[in-house]
Amino acid sequence: MQSEQQYIELYEQARQVIFDHAPEAMNAVRDQAFEDFKAQGFPSKRVERYKYTDMQKLFAPDYGVNLNRFHIPVDPYEAFRCDVPNLSTSLYFVVNDAFYMRDKWQEAKGERIPQAQLPEGVIVDSMANVFSHPSSLTSHLSDYYAKLAKTADDAVTALNTMLTQDGLLVYVPRNVKVDRAIQVINILKAPSNLPQRGEAMMVNRRVLIVLEEGAELKMLFCDHAADDRHFLATQVIEAYVGENASLDLYCLEETHYKNVRVSNVYIDQQANSRVNHNVITLHNGTTRNKLDLTFSGEGAECGCYGCVIADKQQHVDNNTLIVHKVPHCTSNELYKYVLDDKATGAFAGRVLVEHGAQKTASQMTNQNLTATREARMYTQPMLEIYADDVKCAHGSTVGQLNDAALFYMRQRGISLDEAKLLLQNAFINEVIDHMQLTPLRDRLHYLVEKRFRGELNKCTGCKLCQ
Amino acid sequence: MLEVRNLHAKIGDKEILKGINLVINDGETHAIMGPNGSGKSTLSAVLVGNPLYEVTEGEAWFDGKNLLEMKPEDRAHEGLFLSFQYPVEIPGVSMTNFMKAAINEKRKYQGLEPMNAAEFLKLQREKRKIVELDSKLANRSVNEGFSGGEKKRNEIFQMAMLEPKLSILDETDSGLDVDAMRIVAEGVNKLQTAETSCIVITHYDRLLEMIRPQFVHVLYKGRIVKTGGPELAKEIQEHGYDWIKEEIGEE
Repeated sequence: MQSEQQYIELYEQARQVIFDHAPEAMNAVRDQAFEDFKAQGFPSKRVERYKYTDMQKLFAPDYGVNLNRFHIPVDPYEAFRCDVPNLSTSLYFVVNDAFYMRDKWQEAKGERIPQAQLPEGVIVDSMANVFSHPSSLTSHLSDYYAKLAKTADDAVTALNTMLTQDGLLVYVPRNVKVDRAIQVINILKAPSNLPQRGEAMMVNRRVLIVLEEGAELKMLFCDHAADDRHFLATQVIEAYVGENASLDLYCLEETHYKNVRVSNVYIDQQANSRVNHNVITLHNGTTRNKLDLTFSGEGAECGCYGCVIADKQQHVDNNTLIVHKVPHCTSNELYKYVLDDKATGAFAGRVLVEHGAQKTASQMTNQNLTATREARMYTQPMLEIYADDVKCAHGSTVGQLNDAALFYMRQRGISLDEAKLLLQNAFINEVIDHMQLTPLRDRLHYLVEKRFRGELNKCTGCKLCQ
Repeated sequence: MLEVRNLHAKIGDKEILKGINLVINDGETHAIMGPNGSGKSTLSAVLVGNPLYEVTEGEAWFDGKNLLEMKPEDRAHEGLFLSFQYPVEIPGVSMTNFMKAAINEKRKYQGLEPMNAAEFLKLQREKRKIVELDSKLANRSVNEGFSGGEKKRNEIFQMAMLEPKLSILDETDSGLDVDAMRIVAEGVNKLQTAETSCIVITHYDRLLEMIRPQFVHVLYKGRIVKTGGPELAKEIQEHGYDWIKEEIGEE
């Protein structure tokens, strides 16, 4: 049996249940998503963009899916010891694939947690909640849903769209600047009575970000697992960045070796907008991150940065596509990997400069360190240019730490292990130093060092908050 | 302090050192000269434990300890320092972090607590003055973007920070202008005490006029073929090496 068969059957059997527990705006595209999923099936490794990660295998296990939206008792505030008032971010939780309702928790505890101070008109809320309160704004927002994330083009996006029932909705009105970063902690937690369908659990997270003209937002997603069950998390993030708007997006993964993450991020940039997309994999099992970014308006720029530290049997695959549709846009990509033991990494980046997209400036760099003979890195930087007045460069390296530098340090009395650590840190820091969110940057320097020292062996809660 | 007996070493299949004998006592400065390719840099590399070279025969004792059995970092902790002919650039590692790691690893080896930040900065400031090194370089990556002169002065700065017992200066004068050479030589002289020793590897007499070794050795084809006082360096400066080659019965 092909892996997709069980999901097709699941949908056919549970369609009504899924519909009953989801808002109309999400249901409206569901059947089409199902048709698209059925037509495509999971991509084989012969499909160019899925060459390095075997989707058939990842989706083959019999996962439980919480379609009835059973409440999973977890108190994230307890579990993560986040001192909300002292945090420099506005904090939200997504438990599995449901937005964690702060109010419910407050009622239960009889305590008051200060609501995050958001500027007027800004929405950070459960997608299901927003969409079930009809207004002109919600109908405006629902128009954005599942538009960038085309279900006909990607089986995982189709699967996510046909199964997802809630998600996170972030809206920033015109010219509003959200100063405090929004931090969303994604927690994976299996219910104690995990449905009969086996030990493993699947969650389908969904995020919609809409920035109107001139809006500014910094968002940080931290992925954690609160227990050591097998999880498969699919994630679809759609972000519309309006004219002159600015979005900083950080995705930090710190899960464990039983965790599978398949993330598809779609970003559309209007004229003169600015996007910084950062993806950091500190600890994981199998991770596949796809980024599709399109320049729809002139004068926009983006920076896409990624860093990966993997060892044991971990697998991390970053796949990016940047489409320069219009002239005068600038894109910068820098991805760095450090692979130890038998870890495998993959980076496939493609920059597409369409006909007429003159004065495009694009730079793509992927650099990798392999610490052992068994570690494997697959790298594929691609440029496709249909305009004749552009400045584009791409490059990639795979190598080991510099022996001359190591010896130089040892001659000064620095032990071999410490010298390696300093060099690996220096290597990764080049990516981290691009990050604009200063507290996160400092925190990451610390976490990366701990990671290299082997002191970050498993997720022990939100490291950013301790 | 250092006693080298019948030292043989090779790189790959090529034997470079063919029986070096050398004794250096506390407070002495020795110069090693010799034509290109005679094995001068190899000798310094072998003494500090560069893994590219393999010792095939002989011994080296440093303050009564078997040098050849020690890891490179432990040789450094014991007080051996090499000023590299070509200092290595280390992008992304700041001079300050690099020096802090070096100092604290040595202190750990000696059973001492790490140096606190204020103390470290003060030490760094003092030692920088010895070689007139710009304080801006402290925040830069190790040797990255340093001029040739800055790199060599940076080597002597590190020597000052680590206070080694035996320093080997491997062609520290190459690529230096007259003023930079004076600064380097004065720096080295300031760091010399009755307990510390120095090996200066050079092609030129100029540096030796400033550092003033008591002994000058000529290394040729992997052996020390002649040893004398400072006057030997002058003779080499004037007449080259041919007369020495003739003396030992070679063309």
